Amino acid sequence: MKSKEKGMTLIVKTVTRLTVGLILLYGIYIVLHGHLSPGGGFAGGVIIALSFIHLMLAFGRETALKKLSQARASILESLGAIMFLSIAVLGFLGGYFFLNFLFKGKPFNLFSAGIIPLCNIAISLKVGVGLFTIFVVLVLFKILKEDNE
Amino acid sequence: MELQLILLFMILGAVIAVEIEDLLSSVIAVGAVGLGLSLAFLILKAPDLAITQLVVEILCLIILIRATIKKDLPLVKDGRWLFNTLSTLLFIAFFLIFAYFALRELPRFGYPLMRVAKGYISSGPEKTGAANIVAAIILDFRAYDTLGEATVLFTAVMGVLAVMRKIGRIKDEK
Repeated sequence: MKSKEKGMTLIVKTVTRLTVGLILLYGIYIVLHGHLSPGGGFAGGVIIALSFIHLMLAFGRETALKKLSQARASILESLGAIMFLSIAVLGFLGGYFFLNFLFKGKPFNLFSAGIIPLCNIAISLKVGVGLFTIFVVLVLFKILKEDNE
Repeated sequence: MELQLILLFMILGAVIAVEIEDLLSSVIAVGAVGLGLSLAFLILKAPDLAITQLVVEILCLIILIRATIKKDLPLVKDGRWLFNTLSTLLFIAFFLIFAYFALRELPRFGYPLMRVAKGYISSGPEKTGAANIVAAIILDFRAYDTLGEATVLFTAVMGVLAVMRKIGRIKDEK
């Protein structure tokens, strides 16, 4: 009964242990290269959230929440929102809302395009942690309802 | 040609998702429709949209399966099949008639009426320095729209947390 509560079978756990880091790394790659290749903050953030959801489905709720607890998740999501807004407001330094005030650089370099990579990182934090929070809350609510019945 | 095949596949998947009796099979048919939409975006040369559609589809599928896997909703079978079929055919006929007159007036695919996009494409790389024109548009020229989308997502997360909260909930069994 105890082992049944903690996620799926040994095969799923082993495959998850091998792949979850790669999925997380791929999400970070998509976010950081959002201004160079297809992808961007939204898609990369969803991939990051999927890596944590993968961990939660295979190992159970406690293991995933140990990596990213709910309090830390809400802090990270609010941090993403505030970062995006403050980048937008900092544009008033040069004149108007959402001004691209940083150094532009050469196209096709990793450090180029001014504020666009920073906006991508902020959006990925917001989207990834937000969707993970929605999933955690839905699963927790189901477990709570089963306990009551 | 491939686009028409994929559209046909998506219509078939949607019809199966509505008509099938098992809830889990219906969810999987919806997932097949989403996968077809992702392939359609790839054929129309929009890889950004294809990636986003694919990952969001996977996430929605996982959440829907977790939500529906233990529930068995009874299927409502209405007796008025004649009225239902007639009204459906009537609405399809209305839609086709109006679509015939409206779609003739539309500009051709790839030749839009608005000229703003042309300016974005020609002056995007030197104005923003971003190689990906989609990122340049959604985070520089039209960043205000993206801020609105982020607000929508933030509000959605707050709404889910407020509806599903544990603290302050009135117990049913009392």
